[in-house]
Amino acid sequence: MSHIEASHVYKVFGKREQEVVKRLEAGADRKDLTQLGTAAVIDASFSVEPGEIFVVMGLSGSGKSTLIRTINGLWKPTTGSIKIMGSDIAKMDARTLRATRRDKISMVFQHFALLPHRTVRENAAYGLEMQKVPKAERMERADTWLDTVGLGGWGDKYPHQLSGGMRQRVGLARALAAETDILLMDEAFSALDPLIRREMQEQLIELQETLSKTIVFITHDLNEAMFLGDRIAVMRDGRIVQIGTSEEILTEPANDYVAQFVQDVDRTRVLTAGSVMERPNAVVQSNVGPRVALHTMQEQKVAALLVTDRHRKLLGLVRDRQVVRAAREGQKSITPLIETKDVLRVNENDPLSSLFAPASSSIVPLAVTDDKERLIGVIPRVALLQTMASIGPDTGEIPVIDDSGELHAGEKVNGDHGAGQAQASPQDLAAEAVPQEDLGADESLTGPAPGLEDDAASDATATERKEDGL
Amino acid sequence: MNFDPLNPRFPLGDFVHEVIRWLQSALSGLIGGVRWLLDLLYGSLEYTLATPIFLIMIAIFAAVAWLASGWKLAVVTAIGFYLIRALDLWLPAMQTMALVLVACVMAILLAIPVGILAAKVRAVSLVVKPVLDFMQSMPALAYLVPVISVFSIGQVPGIIATIIFAMPPGVRLTELAIRQVDHEVVEAGQAFGATAWSILRKIQLPLAMPTIMAGINQVIMLALSMVVLAGMVGAQGLGGEIVGALSRVNVPLGVEAGLAVVIVAVYLDRVTAALGHRSPLARALKAST
Repeated sequence: MSHIEASHVYKVFGKREQEVVKRLEAGADRKDLTQLGTAAVIDASFSVEPGEIFVVMGLSGSGKSTLIRTINGLWKPTTGSIKIMGSDIAKMDARTLRATRRDKISMVFQHFALLPHRTVRENAAYGLEMQKVPKAERMERADTWLDTVGLGGWGDKYPHQLSGGMRQRVGLARALAAETDILLMDEAFSALDPLIRREMQEQLIELQETLSKTIVFITHDLNEAMFLGDRIAVMRDGRIVQIGTSEEILTEPANDYVAQFVQDVDRTRVLTAGSVMERPNAVVQSNVGPRVALHTMQEQKVAALLVTDRHRKLLGLVRDRQVVRAAREGQKSITPLIETKDVLRVNENDPLSSLFAPASSSIVPLAVTDDKERLIGVIPRVALLQTMASIGPDTGEIPVIDDSGELHAGEKVNGDHGAGQAQASPQDLAAEAVPQEDLGADESLTGPAPGLEDDAASDATATERKEDGL
Repeated sequence: MNFDPLNPRFPLGDFVHEVIRWLQSALSGLIGGVRWLLDLLYGSLEYTLATPIFLIMIAIFAAVAWLASGWKLAVVTAIGFYLIRALDLWLPAMQTMALVLVACVMAILLAIPVGILAAKVRAVSLVVKPVLDFMQSMPALAYLVPVISVFSIGQVPGIIATIIFAMPPGVRLTELAIRQVDHEVVEAGQAFGATAWSILRKIQLPLAMPTIMAGINQVIMLALSMVVLAGMVGAQGLGGEIVGALSRVNVPLGVEAGLAVVIVAVYLDRVTAALGHRSPLARALKAST
C-alpha cells in the first residue's frame, strides 16, 4: 500500500474556492481567476511508496509548500483526497487528525521552527512529548537521536547557541525521534549555506539507508532534487508537470519548461558509470597463454590487459613486460602474472561524480562491473573528461566550469561510499587531466582514445578473432 | 419627539443616563458583587501593606527588587521608600500601591484572555479594537461621572476607572505578541499533533511573554497616572493628597505627594520590567554562545 496517495488535489485560497476549481477543471487558466481566488495547487495526483524519497521541486510560488501542507492536513484541500496509509486526511475529525500527525507524519521546516525557550534536548523530544512519552524516557530517546544526527553532547544548549546547520539537525532529530513512518521536509536545507547543505543531504541519504522512511522532500534546488530523489515531481504554477526518476527528468523532459529547468543541472550526480563506460576491448581470459595475450596487446596497441575468468568475472590485469618475459620463458598460462593492486572497480550504478577521485589516481581505466562482479565496461579518464565536455550542446560552456567546481563534492560522495582511496583536490584533477603521458596510460587498455581511432570496427573484430582463436 | 433639522438637538447624554440607570437596577446584584470584591481586595491589600512597621515593608520591597533585578534597584528602592516615610506620606503611598495593584491585577486578568481571543478570532479583534480606542481616547474625567453614578464614591470607582483606563495596552500588546509568534513554530506544534491549548501554553505564550510583559508594564504605568483622578472621586492615597493640595494651593504637599508618586512609579516600573527579562525565552536567549 502506498504511504501517501494524493488524487486530484486542488487547493484554492479565496472566497469562492469551489467556483475556481470548477473553472480550472473546465480548462481556465489560473491567472484569469485571481479575482475569485488563488489556486495554489491544481489537480495534483501522485503516490509515495514506503521507503521512497519523493522530491517535489519547483520555483517559489509553484505551490510546493502548499502541497506538502495538505499532506499533513495543515491545509485542507479544496477538493480531492489525500490518503495517508489508506485513510483520507481531509475527512478526519480534529482528534484523528492530531493522532495521525503525532504518530504517522513528522515534519522538518525550512527555518527550523525550533522552540527558542527550550533546550536542544527538549526540542528534540517535542514530538515524543506530544505522544505522551514519560519525561525521562523521552529525554533519553531524544539524546539518542541527537547522537544519530551528530549533535551528541549539545542537548543542554539552546537553539540560538547553534549554527544554522546544527539547528536543522535538531529539527531533523525532532522529526526522527517521533519515529513516524512518513517524514515531510519543507525546503529543509534551503536556508543553509551550500557546503552545510551538501553535508546534510549526504547525511540524510546515509540515515535513509538504515531508516527507510517515506520522505516527501520539497526543494527549489534541482541539484538537490536530483541527488536525493528516488522520484521527482516538477511543479509549475500549481500543477505537477512531470513525475519521474532524475534520469527520466533529465533525459526525457515532459515539456520545454522542464527542459529549460534541467539545463544547468550538475549531471555528474545523475549520470552513472554505466552510462559513460566503453566496451572493454583489451580483455583476455585468464586461461590463455602469454603469446595470445601478447598478440591482443599488439592488436589493441596497449601495454596492459584486463583479465577475466570464463564467466567474465574481473580478476585483475597483466602488463606487457611480464607477458613478454613469460612468453620468452615458455610459460603456458598468464594466471600467475595477474595483478589486482592497480585495478579500480566501480559499480555501473555509481554516479559519475564519484568517479573522479579514482580516475585521477589510477594509471589504468576504471573497470565497471555489474552487481555480480562481471566486467561490463571500462572508463578511461579521457572518456570521463570527454563526457563532461560534451554534455550536450544546450548546456554551453558554463556547466564545464560548474562541473570542475563540483569535483570536490564528488570526491566526498566517493569517500562516503568507500570506493576511492585517493582524495585529490579539484586543482590536482585539473592538472592531471591534460598531460599527454596520462593520455598514453589511458590508451593502454582501450586502444586509441575515442575520436582518434580510425577504425573501431576492425579493433572489435580483431578481439573477437583472437577470442575465437583460443 | 419633534426633531428640527435646522436646530438639531439630540439628547444622547440623557439617553445614556437612562441606560445606566436601567443597568443599575437590572444588574444591581452584579454591581454589588463587583463592589464587594474590589472592596475586599483593596481592603486586605491596604491592610497588609500599611500595618507592619515601615522598615519591615521597606525591607520587603527592597528584597523583591533584589530578586527581580539586582542590588542596585534594591538600594534605590530602600532610599526611595525611606524618603516617602520621611515626607510623612507612608500611609497614602501604601493606599496608592494597593489601589494600583488591585486595578492592575484585574486589568491584566481581563486584558490577557481578551488579547489572546482577539489574536485567535478575527471577529473578536474587529470588535475589540474600536472599543479599546474608545476607552483610551475618551477623557478619563468624562467616564468618571457614570462610574460614580453606578458605584458612588470611594475606592471602588477609583479602581474601576483605573481598570478601564489602564487595560487597553494590555489587550493590544497581548494580541500583537501572540500574532507575531513565528508562524512556522506554531505550524511545527500542529504538525506534531499538539492541541490548540497545548500550542498556546507551550509555544505561543512563552514566545509572546516578553511583549506581554511590556504590555503589563504599560498597564501599571497608566494605572499610576490615574491615581490623581482616583483621588478626585474620593479614593484615599497620594491622589487624594494631591487633590487636597490643589484645592488648598498647598505647594509643599503637592510637590511631596507628586514626588512620592514618582518613586512608587519607578519602583513598579523597574520591577515589572525586570520580571519581563526573566521569562524562559529571555533566559534562554541570554545563555552564552
